[in-house]
Amino acid sequence: MKGETIVKCHRISEGKAAGEVLISQDDILFYLTDPESGRVLEKGHSLEGKSVAGKVLVFPAGKGSSSVQVDGLYQLMIRGNAPKAMIIERPDTILVTSAIIMEIPLVDQVDPLFYELIKDGDCVVVDADQEQITIIPKDRSPGQVD
Amino acid sequence: MYLTDYEQEMLDGKYGAACAMALKVLVAVGECFGAKRLLEVSRVHVASSNQEADVWFAEKLLKLGGRCLVAPTVNPGFNLSYLSQHLSISKEDAELMKRARRAYRELGAILTLSCTPYLEANVPRFGEILSYSETSVTVYVNSVIGARTNRESVQSSLCAAITGRVPEYGFLLDENRKGTVLVEVEADLKSDFDYQLLGSCTQKIGPGVPVFVGLPQNPSQEALINLGTQLNTTGSYAMFHIPGVTPEAPTLKEAFGGREPERVVTITDEDLQEIHRKISQPPGKIDFAMFGCPHLTFRQLQEVAQLVKGKKLAVEMWLLTSSLNKELARRTGILEVIEEAGGHIVEDTCIDQPCWSHLKGKVGVTDSPKCAYYASMRGMNFVIRDLATCVEAALKGEVS
Repeated sequence: MKGETIVKCHRISEGKAAGEVLISQDDILFYLTDPESGRVLEKGHSLEGKSVAGKVLVFPAGKGSSSVQVDGLYQLMIRGNAPKAMIIERPDTILVTSAIIMEIPLVDQVDPLFYELIKDGDCVVVDADQEQITIIPKDRSPGQVD
Repeated sequence: MYLTDYEQEMLDGKYGAACAMALKVLVAVGECFGAKRLLEVSRVHVASSNQEADVWFAEKLLKLGGRCLVAPTVNPGFNLSYLSQHLSISKEDAELMKRARRAYRELGAILTLSCTPYLEANVPRFGEILSYSETSVTVYVNSVIGARTNRESVQSSLCAAITGRVPEYGFLLDENRKGTVLVEVEADLKSDFDYQLLGSCTQKIGPGVPVFVGLPQNPSQEALINLGTQLNTTGSYAMFHIPGVTPEAPTLKEAFGGREPERVVTITDEDLQEIHRKISQPPGKIDFAMFGCPHLTFRQLQEVAQLVKGKKLAVEMWLLTSSLNKELARRTGILEVIEEAGGHIVEDTCIDQPCWSHLKGKVGVTDSPKCAYYASMRGMNFVIRDLATCVEAALKGEVS
């Protein structure tokens, strides 16, 4: 498609998803989100007050105690408020396992170009199986993807 | 990834569907981190939490016929029989707790229900290959004991217990265990509590394996627990070194494996004061006192008992510890002293459990920033002070 940019990445958890990008400057502990709305509750977090629900979440890494990290993501998942896909810089065992057992596409080792191009609200298609991310120009709505 | 014939058979389902699923997760984790093979594990600790995700996965494995090959120790939930005598526990919460206990017992876990397995019940030796989950546990066994584990999740460690395997990557390999960040501590660490504040300075320390210099000689076991716990509350650190204290760092040079530090960071008294102000509520009246995140050691129970002996507490006080320590407190008279003052020693119980719903909206005092951090999700607010100051506050009903 004209205007699209495709960048390489590395598959951690399989699957394909499209959605709006939400970029976090800070590491994320899913336990400190509101399961009912997906909003980040952690004080002082760069995403405080913003919702991760249905987003393609771009963040440096996970953090925090293993059990609460997994349960935080699980509580979002069973309410349909988990991120559609996750793009990270530094994988950890906790986030990797959670993504696999909850079947959320997760990729890392993304082409640095990606981070230069994207901003909040852009739409991307994360295809973990093909190990690539497609950035869709902003004038196309997410509904037209797939 | 290379698999032995036996491991391939596990993956193919010869030893049951649970074993196959558990191995699939471990292989996926291993491939993500570039592991070339799986290793046998001799010990596992599962940070089971009695939370829904945890019970969901444990029951899923059980339904698939799962049984642990290496019996793991497990984290606390809450002590239903004790706490239901003193607090109102909802039927749903009680039922979830019972389901969790049942699932783990049937999977073959050792129900230690303690978050300090490295002090008792599951103490590894130097160099032993492990799969341990839990904030304070992984960093302690790597750093202070020199055993080897990655920072596992509840689920990945349970998969390791089922299969007896762990992918070989990360902190199981020599080259990743060396220091990368030199942390020059100019701050004067006067108490075990100051290590909580040092460990909270993760924004300044940044990612990597920190090597702390400038600390007092012979830090206590509690100080080392506090440091590791806090590093993993606000950040993610599988390991730290303290030259001359931790076993893989006889000297500064060996701590870094002969390489130069990637970064040098200085932590001052002002840094500790600033982080303390940031994480603590201002002083004032308190409604309760909560200790034991992670579980209090016997020495800490002794300290509390000495401070409350012959006095009456102004607010409720909860001291969370292992079942062994509670039994030792009973035998040594500490339990009697604390109960006469109006306090509770509770075994098998974590601060981050639904049993504490009556404390929602209240202000407590604790010596644990981790406790304050996680309990904030349950609507509790905390003034954070050292243990002795906390106990004095609980006697007066306020932090001055």
